[in-house]
Amino acid sequence: MNILTLGNSLDTYLVIGAVLFGIGLYGIVKRRTFIGMLISAELMLSGASVNFMAFNRFLAPTPVTGQVFTLFIMAIAAAEAAIVLSIIIAVYRNYRSIETNDVVDLKG
Amino acid sequence: MTPSLASAEGLLGLLFLVFVLVTVAGALIAVHTRQLIRAVAGLGLCFIGVAGLYYSLGSPFVALMQVLIYVGAVCVTIIFAVMLADPVESPRPAKTAVFFGALAIIASAGIIWALATLGLRTPWKALPGASGQGSVDQLGVSLLTSYSMSFELISVVLLVAIIGSLVLARLGRSKQ
Repeated sequence: MNILTLGNSLDTYLVIGAVLFGIGLYGIVKRRTFIGMLISAELMLSGASVNFMAFNRFLAPTPVTGQVFTLFIMAIAAAEAAIVLSIIIAVYRNYRSIETNDVVDLKG
Repeated sequence: MTPSLASAEGLLGLLFLVFVLVTVAGALIAVHTRQLIRAVAGLGLCFIGVAGLYYSLGSPFVALMQVLIYVGAVCVTIIFAVMLADPVESPRPAKTAVFFGALAIIASAGIIWALATLGLRTPWKALPGASGQGSVDQLGVSLLTSYSMSFELISVVLLVAIIGSLVLARLGRSKQ
């Protein structure tokens, strides 16, 4: 297999999706602020979207299903980002901090 | 078949490699920098790379939407939050930092290895009639016929999200 034809095989995209998901997981474990964790969650969503698009391109009988799914993932991610950021701002008003360690007294 | 570097296929392959590099580098910047504003910049870089991947998968419309929604809207919203809140992540105590950092690297490398092996080992079979190229026309028609219910529902979800975030941000202000 030539390195210049990598973009035409399903395996390449599956590996890229797995790498994005893993980097996002690493960020969620390592980050200690809410905004950092939100960024990592967006990375994981991107990995899932790449997988959907790859399966849509190479395997699916109707070639638009994966694209529709990816568009819906984008809309859900935008809604999620808006909600999370307003929660972050509300938390910052009360605690003067966005670090996860400082708000552990919210634990029930 | 091995396309030469000067041909159109060779240049497309080179562009694809550049997009893969941009994606992975942006993702690594997004999780590694201490300054959150740099992490958001890395996230934007990663999204641009993913848009390039979508383009090379044959769907320029979704690539354009990726740039518009993620780079244009989500990144800018996160930048607003970074500017409103405290942007610097305080360092973890040195004793636990090494241990948990190594644990996180091992766990995520294991997940990457498992998912990649699963994808590479499975004999994926293309269903009959897999053509690959979905045009914008087909996408629009199926959004308004097969997926019209989901399309309307996603509009309601976005409306509820906007109202909910406004309410959440206002409640904190009126309490002070």
